[in-house]
Amino acid sequence: MGNLGFNLLIFPGFLFVATLGFLWMGIERKLTARFQWRMGPPLWQPYIDFLKLMIKETLIPANAQRFMFITPPLLAFAGVLISSLILFRTSLFPKTSFLGDVVVFLYFLLFPSLALILGGSASGNPLAAMGVSREIKLMLSYELPLILAVFVPVWKTGSVKFAQIMSMQLQKGAFALHYPSCFIAFIVALLSIQAKLAFPPYDIPEGETEIMGGPLIEYSGSLLGMFYLTRGILHFLLPSFLVFLFWGGFPFNRWQWILSFLKALVVFLIMVVIKNINPRIRIDQAVRFFWSRVFVLGIIAMGLAIAGW
Amino acid sequence: MGWREKILKRSLWVYHLATGPCNNCDIEILDLLTPRHDVERFGIKLVGSVRHADVLLVTGIVNRKCVPRVLRIYEQMPAPKLVIAVGACPMGGCVFKGSYNQAGPLDKIIPVDLYIPGCPPKPEAIIAGIAKLLEKLK
Ligand code: SF4
Repeated sequence: MGNLGFNLLIFPGFLFVATLGFLWMGIERKLTARFQWRMGPPLWQPYIDFLKLMIKETLIPANAQRFMFITPPLLAFAGVLISSLILFRTSLFPKTSFLGDVVVFLYFLLFPSLALILGGSASGNPLAAMGVSREIKLMLSYELPLILAVFVPVWKTGSVKFAQIMSMQLQKGAFALHYPSCFIAFIVALLSIQAKLAFPPYDIPEGETEIMGGPLIEYSGSLLGMFYLTRGILHFLLPSFLVFLFWGGFPFNRWQWILSFLKALVVFLIMVVIKNINPRIRIDQAVRFFWSRVFVLGIIAMGLAIAGW
Repeated sequence: MGWREKILKRSLWVYHLATGPCNNCDIEILDLLTPRHDVERFGIKLVGSVRHADVLLVTGIVNRKCVPRVLRIYEQMPAPKLVIAVGACPMGGCVFKGSYNQAGPLDKIIPVDLYIPGCPPKPEAIIAGIAKLLEKLK
């Protein structure tokens, strides 16, 4: 089973996901630069940025609520750490999967957004408040389609355990390639995690050019570094989550395991392409898009799944 | 001096502050981010909030209205902080020299680490200036 402390801090936990997350982030920055016909920063730029943020001074604004300002970055980090542990421990030791871990995973995945909302509103900055209100609206719009999409593989397996979903796919082949309903659900989930990562066209809460980083505007130094780290881990965690549910999971034998990482990279590359060919949209457009298009797609996928496709 | 500067050197986040320029310097600064010059190669990027920044990039004569703002923004910046004055304006006033609203050169108000003269300085000159600043950091 492995040692839980080791698992948490080093192997499928902190060190592993942080390293890969920042690598994914570096790939994203490099590719974005190439899309714009630039050279781009070196691949290891996010590691340097993170270290630099950790050695900077941390300022707490005078009119912020101290406690509520300091805890959210830690909360966000704890949330992604636990969810990555759930996901990758299942991949290494399928027996540790417990009933309902998909639900718990989704629950912990909410933490980064909640932390942004809490921290932003505690910072006492009007622009942060604006970013927070946008973040809440965005969350309300992507969260339901994501749950609908997750429902489809759960229905196909008849169990809310990651291990079962994975072993089912090992027997029958990847869901997204075999069932139309799962393929539609995959697209729905892809759009939702695009919004969850706040990639363009959904980088509305953080709009650098109009509200200067939104909820993050007052954060500096190591607190900002924690948010940066959380974001880096999410870069890797969310695509792997999709691979887990729809594209064969992460079975732990050598080649298939490495192949799974490549699959996660492919999912991520699709997101980077979407990011680079779309401008930022307004928040009302985003809400309308998710509720009238993506939500309907999700319902269709669910209907197809129940009908047995 | 050690590893801190080494890290800082490779990831400078820049906050751009205009204190009454003619706007030409600002345009030259934006040129740095275009494909031709692309300073993101060195890990330099523009940030929207001064709390995230390591470098304060000031353009323009510091006019009277701007003085309290410049001071406040300088104080809001987290600790290892660098200030760059771009253009002839923050040094001597350039064509606005002797104007009724000029509050004096920038270094009378906040400490400046690097001056990049020119009206406006070429993007190449700005890059050369930043390279000198990085030398100084070592
Ligand atoms: S230095 Fe020259 S170009 Fe730059 S802001 Fe001043 S007047 Fe304009």
